[in-house]
Amino acid sequence: MINFVLRRLGLALLVSLTVSFLSFMLIFLSGDPAVAIAGEGASMADIEAVRSQYGFDRPILVQYFAWLGQAVQGNFGNSYYFNLPVTDLVADRLSVTVKLGLCGMGFALITAIPLGVIAAMRPNSIVDRTALLFSVVGQAIPSFWFGLILIVVFAVQLRWLPASGTDSWKNFVMPTIVLGYYAMPAIMRLTRAGMLDVLNSDFIRTARAKGSSELRVMFKHGLRNAIIPVVSLAAVQMGFMLGGSIVVESIFALNGAGYLAWESIARNDLPTVQALILIFSMFYIVFTLIADVLNACLDPRMRSS
Amino acid sequence: MTSPLLSVRNLKVDIPSGSGTLHPVRGIDFDLHRGEVLCVVGESGSGKSLTSLSLMGLLGRTLERSADRMEFDGINLLGASGRQMRKLRGARMAMIFQEPMTSLNPVYTIGDQLIEALLLHRRMPRAQARARAVELLEKVGITAAASRLGQYPHQLSGGLRQRVMIAMALMCEPQMIIADEPTTALDVTIQAQILRLLYDLVREMDMAMILITHDLGVVARVADKVAVMYAGELVETGTVAEVFDQPLHPYTRGLLDCIPQPGKTGRGEPLGTIPGIVPSLVGQVDGCVFRTRCTQAGPACLGPIPRRSRDGHLFRCVHTDGYAPAETKAI
Repeated sequence: MINFVLRRLGLALLVSLTVSFLSFMLIFLSGDPAVAIAGEGASMADIEAVRSQYGFDRPILVQYFAWLGQAVQGNFGNSYYFNLPVTDLVADRLSVTVKLGLCGMGFALITAIPLGVIAAMRPNSIVDRTALLFSVVGQAIPSFWFGLILIVVFAVQLRWLPASGTDSWKNFVMPTIVLGYYAMPAIMRLTRAGMLDVLNSDFIRTARAKGSSELRVMFKHGLRNAIIPVVSLAAVQMGFMLGGSIVVESIFALNGAGYLAWESIARNDLPTVQALILIFSMFYIVFTLIADVLNACLDPRMRSS
Repeated sequence: MTSPLLSVRNLKVDIPSGSGTLHPVRGIDFDLHRGEVLCVVGESGSGKSLTSLSLMGLLGRTLERSADRMEFDGINLLGASGRQMRKLRGARMAMIFQEPMTSLNPVYTIGDQLIEALLLHRRMPRAQARARAVELLEKVGITAAASRLGQYPHQLSGGLRQRVMIAMALMCEPQMIIADEPTTALDVTIQAQILRLLYDLVREMDMAMILITHDLGVVARVADKVAVMYAGELVETGTVAEVFDQPLHPYTRGLLDCIPQPGKTGRGEPLGTIPGIVPSLVGQVDGCVFRTRCTQAGPACLGPIPRRSRDGHLFRCVHTDGYAPAETKAI
């Protein structure tokens, strides 16, 4: 088990390094960064001055390691637009995004897994059909539309919840539902399919032959086997939620990291974009790592592979 | 004579389907006494496994079970609730399955699974359950038993897994064990060992066993009684000596002819076969179920088939005269 974790950690580290190099190289993709920073109408001398001030005249690898050295200490330079340290800017926005992501994923898991299990216990029953309908609708309706409908009903008509902002927990209720409902269908259907598959296994019959109760058969013997692919899916979705909740963040005016990334790209604010891409990638890497370790805890066969 | 441990009358299993109901088990009767080994033999699809699953109450939801009587140690299994059946399963009646490779849960250690079998039915400290698990693993011939408890099923061979399954079935010292072709999936070299082991343990612990097999050689060695099953019916039942030495049903004779016998089967002589295939399980069969494959089939085989008996040796065939029609009593 320790070997497995160490191996996975090493792999994660290598992937992180690759990603960091790619996100660093982004700065050179959109032309000469010195020209961009110096602004329109700058003279050659100004551009050269910027170039040496920012160190763009050094070899790329030197620049990369200098940047990486700073980045691992949490220093991503100053935002071109705000002229503030990127780290402060991102940390502030990230707390909103992480809160939203965790709430959204929590909501998705809490609804999807029990629904998936219940649907699998009675395939093609009313419960199963209803759950299916619920998930098809969730997959089909766009988040921005669903978010707006919620705002119209609960904020405008009923006045139960605030429509925007990040002042209290109430602000997170609707975004959580929108984000969670988006992730829920895939998790539910994977749980259902996994359970249906597992419940036909011989070892489930063995569990019944021992005298286990149905609940024990479902949860102890069934779900532990069926949940393994769900863990991997949830990890990917979690990474997606933390990096890609731009739509939800803009509808509810939650000043999150996704929204910041979108703004920074529009403003050509490269240090911020670099930092965010690196951080979003790290989320994916960390969550996949967590999922792999969790799966190895759940399934002994994965530890040896 | 004491009352039987298990008494089954007119047990039927039906599978409703769109194109007509299937009848894989068509009304079978048998008794199993304490400490007795009953072997059920028959071709694939003759209803042996479904019979055993219906005794355990483990039939799938889409299958329907009915019987005139099904009593286990004085308990009416037909009227038993789910809760009552759960209390019996594993504790007083246990089952060993055909597929050792897939019958253990891959994500729990064998120790956990053995201990669970005991703790589901008995209140005791975990350490005590663990000790019992070690004791039984040793009993089924597993070396270094204590260290095996932490191993997972995928780390064990098929033979070892079946030994674990046997140990698991014995955890609560059940009164009855149903072994459904326990050695079919194993290497030939292991088969004899596992069967020997199972037989010895059943005798040692004075349990009753229903052994399902299609290996007649096994039957001859271990059985007290034999039940020959064909197309969902028990066509002949009796002691090993009765059935093997004087088979009365043409199907039993056909089965026995398929086996080479030292001294009887000549060199180069072809072994017997039973021509044809098992009849369709859809709908009721008129007359004898074996009629379509029987060399002696005649017009009488279309009528009702009486059950005849000679001192408890029962068979269903119109051809063998001179035996008294059976009472409703089974073997």
